[in-house]
Amino acid sequence: MSASLATQLVNLFASLLLLIAFAMLAQRRVLSLIHLFAWQGAVLALNTALVAFVTHQHHLYYSALLTLILKVILLPWILHRLIDKLNVRWDVETLVNIPTTMLIGVGLVIIGFNVAMPISHLSETVTRGTLGIALASVLLSFMMLITRRKAVPQVIGFLAMENGLFFAATSATYGMPLVVELGVALDVLVGTFIFGIFTFHLREAFDSLDIEHIEKLKER
Amino acid sequence: MYLLAVLLTPIAGAVLLGLCGHRAHAGAVNAAMSLLTLIAATLLTAQVIEYGPMLAFDELFFVDSFNVFLVALTAFVGFTTALFSRPYMLIEMHHGRIDARRLRLYHASYQLFMFTMLLALLTNNLGIMWVAMEAATLATVLLVSLYRTPASLEAAWKYFILCGVGIAQALFGTVLMYFAAEQVLGAGGTALLWTHLDAVKSQLEPSVLTLAFVFLLVGYGTKVGLVPLHSWLPDAHAEGPTPVSAVLSGLLLNVALYALVRNKVLADGALGGDLTSHLMMGFGLLSVVVAAFFLSRQQDAKRLFAYSSIEHMGLITFAFGMGGPVATFAALLHMTVHSLAKSAIFFAVGHASQKAGTQMMDSIRGLVDTNPTIGWGLMLGSLAILGMPPFGVFASEFLIITTAMREHPWATPFLLTALGVAFAAIFGRVQPMVFGETTGKRLPHPPAILPVFVHLALVLVLGVYIPPYLAEWYRQAAALIG
Repeated sequence: MSASLATQLVNLFASLLLLIAFAMLAQRRVLSLIHLFAWQGAVLALNTALVAFVTHQHHLYYSALLTLILKVILLPWILHRLIDKLNVRWDVETLVNIPTTMLIGVGLVIIGFNVAMPISHLSETVTRGTLGIALASVLLSFMMLITRRKAVPQVIGFLAMENGLFFAATSATYGMPLVVELGVALDVLVGTFIFGIFTFHLREAFDSLDIEHIEKLKER
Repeated sequence: MYLLAVLLTPIAGAVLLGLCGHRAHAGAVNAAMSLLTLIAATLLTAQVIEYGPMLAFDELFFVDSFNVFLVALTAFVGFTTALFSRPYMLIEMHHGRIDARRLRLYHASYQLFMFTMLLALLTNNLGIMWVAMEAATLATVLLVSLYRTPASLEAAWKYFILCGVGIAQALFGTVLMYFAAEQVLGAGGTALLWTHLDAVKSQLEPSVLTLAFVFLLVGYGTKVGLVPLHSWLPDAHAEGPTPVSAVLSGLLLNVALYALVRNKVLADGALGGDLTSHLMMGFGLLSVVVAAFFLSRQQDAKRLFAYSSIEHMGLITFAFGMGGPVATFAALLHMTVHSLAKSAIFFAVGHASQKAGTQMMDSIRGLVDTNPTIGWGLMLGSLAILGMPPFGVFASEFLIITTAMREHPWATPFLLTALGVAFAAIFGRVQPMVFGETTGKRLPHPPAILPVFVHLALVLVLGVYIPPYLAEWYRQAAALIG
């Protein structure tokens, strides 16, 4: 595969990732959010595999496989089971002001690109153009985390943020050393499990997964 | 290999206590495993005293003068806290606040938490350090919410989300660090190893390191509890069981700061030190001042001392930011004595609030009458943390403030005001708790008093006499950190 085609494909995947990040920002259904999260993982895995193929970095195949198993299969499966058990499968959140959120999101993308620009110039990877997108999707997930008021979407935002970081690692450096990636994956998995247990405790104590009902500890 | 023993003992402890952590003797097993970890850590320390810094297992682990005393301190406070938690948890069971299953969760998570702390300290790989820091959050989330009260669940949720988001920023910083390193060291495993990075730090790309350090500061700074990223800290300290507050305050904050300073060394090498020192001084000073003024508004004893932790971590960050041999020496000493004094205070406060049945300071009165040892422990601990001579905190604060006067005179009024306000707030609160009129009753199990006084004695000793090898480590580490 020629280098220019590879670069174009990488850019295509990156833009898909950004698109999904925006879609998540505006998505009100919990179920659709999980689907979007799974798609994001799939794009990420494909992109990693592509970079592995183009650059002959064999450890990236493992990390693509890891992404596929963890982010496309395992985590969405856990989340699906969770929303079934919590009976929030058809939950729709009321999000105020989606247009404003999207506009701020566009601003974040511009910021992300500006911050990443001087760094991408230093990089020699085929993926260097996408560092800005990676940073932008981290910022967008951060924004999603702030705007959401329910526990499950907040955690999906958190996981999406980790996706963005993973993408940043692949685009700037062809991925972190495998041992680190395994560790991060383990943390994410354990974190999701703990979150799952935690939501039940929250429900038991508050009869709600609405963070607004939970926030009582204020500084007096 | 002692190093391996230091890491594997808590893992074995976690497995063992995962199986039998609900039994009556689990507290003793927990303490025994912590003692084994402490013995291994002591042997490791002895080895370092004898042979100097060491690399182990394909350079995956690294012990030098900067982390060796933190390893010993972590293992020591881990052991004394386990001693304290045995009667404390029995009393909590007696009061019906936890059941056997949660006791098992507590014990297993406690050992796992110790493992993650020691791993973060001993690893040479900045990526693994991040993984261990995140794992430390995960190990303690369910401990903060152990009582399952609405307030504790909220505290744990805040802790989970805020520290998770914060530490994600640190991951981005680590990715950038790896990116900068890769340009010099080439791709592959060595580009995240601290010893390799340290060797080439002057060649790292400054623009990347600037951005990396900002992200790392925000990320690890959240875990250190620097203002304005601190809002999880008082809640998590106040709502969790007291042994957890003691290890969070005494150990986790230290280890997070350690991670930050390790990265600061690299950033300094590339940037020359101005940016990192200004940022750290700014965040540190802000934390000291804001925390001091929040102190006087607290009603809850554990929240009070949580804010005091923010204040002290701010002071240490400020001292690391000033740099130079004296300030860095003082920062390292302050890390040690703060950790010892603060955990001792939490032990005393924990038993005091168990006696009173509440953490509200207005309801805790006259500890010297009902239980003089707890009362005196709390009083002496508070005096120690407030920087009264001859305790060690006085020595380190004195060094920090005199250095600030000489090099950054503008900062001194803020520091002195903050320390004065903190003194008035804490002493004014603790005095009636210790000496007021009381109606308290006795505890169903004898409280653990020994750890309180052992810690305070050590803080006292460090104020009067610092063992030569410890001073030498501080000096070497200060030369390293710059």
